[in-house]
Amino acid sequence: MIECKNLNKTYQNGDVQTVALKDVSFYIEKGEFVAIIGPSGSGKSTLMHILGALDIPTSGSYFLDGKEVSELEDDELSELRREKIGFVFQAFNLLPRTTVLRNVILPLLYSDISDNERVERAKTCLAYAGMEESKFYNLSNQLSGGQMQRVAIARSLINNPAIILADEPTGNLDTKTSQVVMKAFQELNEKGHTIILITHEQEIAAFAQRVISIRDGVIESDINNIKK
Amino acid sequence: MITLDILKETFWSLSANKVRSGLTILGIVIGIASVITMVSIGQGAQKTIESSIQAIGSNLIIITPGAQKSGSVSSGQGSSQTLTTDDANMIVAEVPNVKGVAPEVSRRYQLNAKGNNTNTQVVGTVPDYLSVRNIEIDLGTFITNQQVKSSAKVVVLGPTVRDDIFGVDVNPVGQTIRIKNVDFEIIGVALAKGGTGFSNPDNSAYVPLTSAQHFLSGDTFVTSISVAANDQTSMTSVQQQISEFLLRSHNITDPTQADFTLMNQTDIIATASSITGTFTMLLSSIAGISLLVGGIGIMNMMLTTVTERTREIGLRKAVGIRKIYINLQFLAEAVVLTFFGGFIGVVLGWGASLLISRFVPSLTTSVSISSVALAFGVSTAVGIIFGFYPARRAANLSPMEALRYE
Repeated sequence: MIECKNLNKTYQNGDVQTVALKDVSFYIEKGEFVAIIGPSGSGKSTLMHILGALDIPTSGSYFLDGKEVSELEDDELSELRREKIGFVFQAFNLLPRTTVLRNVILPLLYSDISDNERVERAKTCLAYAGMEESKFYNLSNQLSGGQMQRVAIARSLINNPAIILADEPTGNLDTKTSQVVMKAFQELNEKGHTIILITHEQEIAAFAQRVISIRDGVIESDINNIKK
Repeated sequence: MITLDILKETFWSLSANKVRSGLTILGIVIGIASVITMVSIGQGAQKTIESSIQAIGSNLIIITPGAQKSGSVSSGQGSSQTLTTDDANMIVAEVPNVKGVAPEVSRRYQLNAKGNNTNTQVVGTVPDYLSVRNIEIDLGTFITNQQVKSSAKVVVLGPTVRDDIFGVDVNPVGQTIRIKNVDFEIIGVALAKGGTGFSNPDNSAYVPLTSAQHFLSGDTFVTSISVAANDQTSMTSVQQQISEFLLRSHNITDPTQADFTLMNQTDIIATASSITGTFTMLLSSIAGISLLVGGIGIMNMMLTTVTERTREIGLRKAVGIRKIYINLQFLAEAVVLTFFGGFIGVVLGWGASLLISRFVPSLTTSVSISSVALAFGVSTAVGIIFGFYPARRAANLSPMEALRYE
């Protein structure tokens, strides 16, 4: 379902050219749990942004469900992100001073879905992500890190996307909470979501079935995690 | 659904940031309210001065004596004694289109009665003074021709003088008052006219012209002659003819050597208007500066807000919200903030100017629609432009850039 062919990404900063990705090609099947691992500066975040349709490659092609993403307009990209991709960020990126429920409903704004259904879907997703019901009307800034990430996971699920992209989801969490969050991703994977996880930690990558390691913009290895 | 969503988002977003919203509104309120209040004070002052000049009398020409000259030393305009009662009587006979002529002898004297005393302008004049100066009688009667002829020791008090000596709303008619140690019988009280300044008609006392000359000033000159023309159109010709007549009767061939000065109301209004005009300009420029400061405040707040919210815009884009809805939401926020602030500002400014005219009797205010429109227009324009434009720019960034924005 995801196919990358010779992806290149170059950043131009004044006269300095930084190559972030060099001829990256790979294929991800529906239902896979893939970890992209690499040290900082390896180009893994750039890759994630391209996969998430948040950015477009300098050259090469990226097909999502057979559609060439790099040729889409801004509004078509928005639609693609809304329909097919759920994001979980390292910094959680919740709306500040806003209730848990409204944060989860955010992607459903300006759609034809009725208010009642929005709330119903949000509650289902929150329960799915393991959020206690008593916290649904709390403000986002009153939550702990683990709770915030659960809300972010629930938000990523609200449109029932085929792919969930998680950029260092455990980067701001302690070890115990990280384990819980990663278990949640495994469960989502078992329910059929394709999960792409960006991390620099081996033990986090170990939760995935497949590990693509990247260094200096080039794929170093692509191995199936037999341990699972 | 979409409109409702935008309105809801606007409401949530503004209420989630009460301090930020409040400060923005405050900036708008102060800018607008100060402009409205200050311009209303300036314009009110202008109107008050104009109407108090109108109150002196309409189509009025005032003749005052010229400068007194002994050798080459001039004592200044109005210091000489060149006008007499005869001049006034001759103007009535010689100049057409004249409604009334009132010569007067005015000087300040100490008045006392019943143990109270006050210092006020005592005007010695004739019955025509009533019509020439638009004075109306509240109690009793005004001076009659008979009393002028017989130099009767009678006096008509202005309402302020009555209030000062006898108390508010007391009828003093029939009582006696001493002016410069001469007893005068009070025969009437004038109706309050309002007006301020050095020759407040309410703070005056009127006696027959001859009585003033005999008992108070001790000579036969007059300090001024007020002439009322029949109508506005004959003002110029009447003024011209008075001038020619007086030159002839005073045996002066060179008009530049005239021993009298003519002044009409239009001149006075023009002078006063130029003074109040300057005053209004001063207040308007202060108001303009507060509008500018307010505008910069709004601009600052809006720019800071959007910079702070670029990450939020990035998140909204990342979760798949279309650019146009993000733009619309930020536009709606800016419009709501500025209109809300603008409305409070107008109400507050209007209220402040009403309160000022109520509690500061010497300041009348007059709110002008153009100042309201200007103040409201400038602040809403600033608010909307600086609320919307940076948001639009942020929405045009790729979501990744916006999310990374520091």
